[in-house]
This record gives sequence, structure tokens and C-alpha cells, in this order.
Amino acid sequence: MLTVDRITRQFSNGTIALHDTSLRLQTGDFVALLGPSGCGKSTLLRLIANLDLPDSGRINWDGGSAPMPGDIGYVFQDPTLMPWASAEMNVFLPLRLRGMAWNTAREAVGTALRQVGLEGFRNALPQQLSGGMRMRVSIARALVTRPRLLLLDEPFAALDEFTRHKLQQELLNLWCSIGCTVIFVTHSIYEAAYLAQRLVLMSPRPGRIAREIPSPLDPRHANRLDPAYALLVAEVTAAMDELGQAG
Amino acid sequence: MTDRFCSLLFGLAVLAGWEVLVRVIEVPSYLVPGPLDIFQAFVDEPLGLLVSLASTLAVTITALICSASVGVLLGVIMVYSRFARAAIAPWAVVLQVTPIVAIAPLIVVWVGNPFASLVVCATIVAFFPIYSNTLEGLESMSSDLADLFRLYGAGRYTTLMLLRIPSATPYFWNGLRISGGLALVGAVVAEFVAGSGGFASGLAYRILEAGYRLEVPRMFAALILLSLAGIAISAGLGALAKIPMDRRSRR
Repeated sequence: MLTVDRITRQFSNGTIALHDTSLRLQTGDFVALLGPSGCGKSTLLRLIANLDLPDSGRINWDGGSAPMPGDIGYVFQDPTLMPWASAEMNVFLPLRLRGMAWNTAREAVGTALRQVGLEGFRNALPQQLSGGMRMRVSIARALVTRPRLLLLDEPFAALDEFTRHKLQQELLNLWCSIGCTVIFVTHSIYEAAYLAQRLVLMSPRPGRIAREIPSPLDPRHANRLDPAYALLVAEVTAAMDELGQAG
Repeated sequence: MTDRFCSLLFGLAVLAGWEVLVRVIEVPSYLVPGPLDIFQAFVDEPLGLLVSLASTLAVTITALICSASVGVLLGVIMVYSRFARAAIAPWAVVLQVTPIVAIAPLIVVWVGNPFASLVVCATIVAFFPIYSNTLEGLESMSSDLADLFRLYGAGRYTTLMLLRIPSATPYFWNGLRISGGLALVGAVVAEFVAGSGGFASGLAYRILEAGYRLEVPRMFAALILLSLAGIAISAGLGALAKIPMDRRSRR
């Protein structure tokens, strides 16, 4: 789907957020970017979404064409809903920004809310929803344009563990049914091992991709009690420790 | 509800104490009138005071509308133009810190029309909180949401209408509430200045007039009308601020 080709991004304060980073993404992939704070995970995501520009290197999209607005869905760590607008209107936003009228968009908005299990909360304001529900609205908003690529930046980091597990499962179900490509940024080894087909390990100072570990598990049948999951967690933990000592 | 009852009770107690004290010590009413004397002074000739109240309120409300327009417009311009911001922002502060009493005579002379000159004075006093609050509000939206708008290719105008202005709305109402009180202050100060030049209209003029005639109870009556007007403006703006919030919850 896309190739990140030797990208470097240095901030104006001198920090090298990403150094000479390359990544290849196939259509339908579920990739986790895993690493401690400051290793350039979010920066890489922002560069892919074209919210930031690299100082050197390129991002090449297969077929050569840059993505149109709506081809990329973005979910932030914070649900970033508009507090004055209902769940429905928050989900409508991406379509509205593309000039779609409410009557045309209504069905797509309804579908997206149904996909995240919130069809009964269409008119609720964000403040009336729990943290997990707000995140679901945020995911519905990212899905409403039927994006080819879904970028998630530590979306479940602020949720309690039970809600997190539930939403992880729902995300996998969505990924199975929709079939879009997913890049999932996280600093949780468990989360990355549970969700992704491929774990991209990043390390800081300067931010770079240190290793890639393919998952032997099929996310379609993710199971926390599977011994292979425990082994993968152990392998990734060991790899991260090694990187930590080297850095 | 009980809080309101308490404050009402306290107010009545103070009034009663005041009346009793004035009678016991036998202070002449041209120095300190009791509440009953003040009420009597109002009842004796209510029309003049009420007309003046209407005049002061007209100036205040007009000034408030002008302040809101100027403040919001300036805020929007400054969000989008760095140059305008660098050029104008310091002068807005200069205008804010210069005492209106000092500028008012000049404005009265320049503007000529009494009503307009009062409105200009009150606007100068009142616009700053609206302007600074609105500006802060327009810049208050979360950077993630701003990124989201960029991701979906939203232009400046769309971002202004769908993100910046809704984010700024609570800030705007806050500013408007502060400005409501200030507009009244500005109107009264300007009336004092204009009134001393022989222009008769608002409550401030009534206070001056009553002062010259040593009609102290009437002075108090005008004063009380002024503070009632202030309370009414503040409460009115508070109520106004609540309506759009409820409306906005539906799309």
C-alpha cells in the first residue's frame, strides 16, 4: 500500500524525531508501532497522514497517487470530540468537511455508529458518554469515510484495562469485517502482541525503527490464553530490553 | 434556592438595621436618608428617574452590541493575520488602560451627537474583555481537532465556522458578561462628563442634579436603580448564554 522511504524529521529545537526510517506496508496489514515515549511513533504516523512533512526521504503510495481526504482515518489518544456536538454530529464531521449534506450522509453516519455499537447514543453529547464510549465515537468518526488506511495513535492508553480489552477485541472485529489497513501506535507490549500481525519496534534518541517481529498469531483468533501469545510477549519484551540497554 | 433566600434575608436585615439606626441617631436625611425616605423619593417623582434609566440602558445595550461586534471582529482578524495582530494588539491595550474619564470630554467634543458620544465612550470601556476572551477562545481549540480538520482538507473558513467559533462561544459569553458591567460603568462615566456640560438624560445626570440640590434621597434612588440595572444586565446575559448551549446540543 505504501512505502516509507528513508525518512528523517528533525524538529526546530534540534531533536531528531525520526532518523533514516523505512517501512513497507501491505494492503490489509495490521501493524503495531511499539516503543517508549519519544521514539518517533507519533511523528511517523503524522508524516504518513501528511500532517507533517519530512526533512528528507519520501512516502510513496502504491499507484503513485497521494491519498485523498477521507482515505485516511485518524484516531488520537484523546477522543478529541467536539464537546458542543452530539455523537452523530461528531461522526458526521469528516463527511461534512468534504461538503456532504446531512441527508446524504445520514446513512453512513448511522452505519459507522452501529459498527462501534453506539446506535442508541446518536444524540448524546460527549460529556454524557463514558471514556470508552467517547473513544468508540472517535473510531466511528475515523471509519465513516471508509478509509483505506486507519491510523491509531495510542487510542486506548487512557482507558481502564477492562474497557481496553473490550475495545481491542472490537477493533479486531472491525478490521476483519472492513478489511482496511491499520497502523496502531502503542507503548504496551501486550497490546501490540495481541493486536498486530507485525510488530515494529522503535527506539529513541534518535527515533528509528530498530526491529520488526512478525507475529505467529492470527489476530482473527486472538486469544490472551494462547501460550503462543505469552511467548510472543516474552520475545518482544526481551527485544525491547536489549534495545533499551543498547540505547 | 436556599442561598438566594439567605442573601435576600441578609439584604432585608441590613435595610431594617439601616432604617432603625438612622431613626435612633436622628441623622438628617440630607446626609444619610433611610431606606423608606429613599423609596419615598422615588415614588414622589418616578417618571424622571425611569426615563433616565431607560436612557442609560439604551446607551449601555447599544454599547454592548457595538463592543461585541468590534471585539469579535478584531478577534477573528487577529487569529488569521499576524500582521494585524502585531499592529493593533498593543493599541487595544493602550485604549484599555487609559482612563475613560480622561478621554470622555474629547469624545463628547469630537462626536457631537450626545447619544453617539456616550455609546462610543461605553464601547471603549466594554469592548476589551469581549475581544480578549474571544481571541483566547478562537485559539483554544485542541490541536488534535485542528489536525483532524486538516486531515480532511478543511479550509480556513470551514475551520473558523465549524471549529474555532464553536470553541470560542463559551469564552465569548464570559467576556460579554464582564463587558455588560463595564458598559454600564462606561455609560455612567460618560454621562457624568457629558452631563456636566449641560446634556440632560441618563441616571448619572440625575445623580449630579440631585447632588446640586442636596436631594440626597433622590441620589440614592438613582443609585439603586443603577445597581438594579447592573444586576438585570448580568442576569440577562447569563440567561442568554444558556439558551444557545442547549440549542447546540441538538445539531
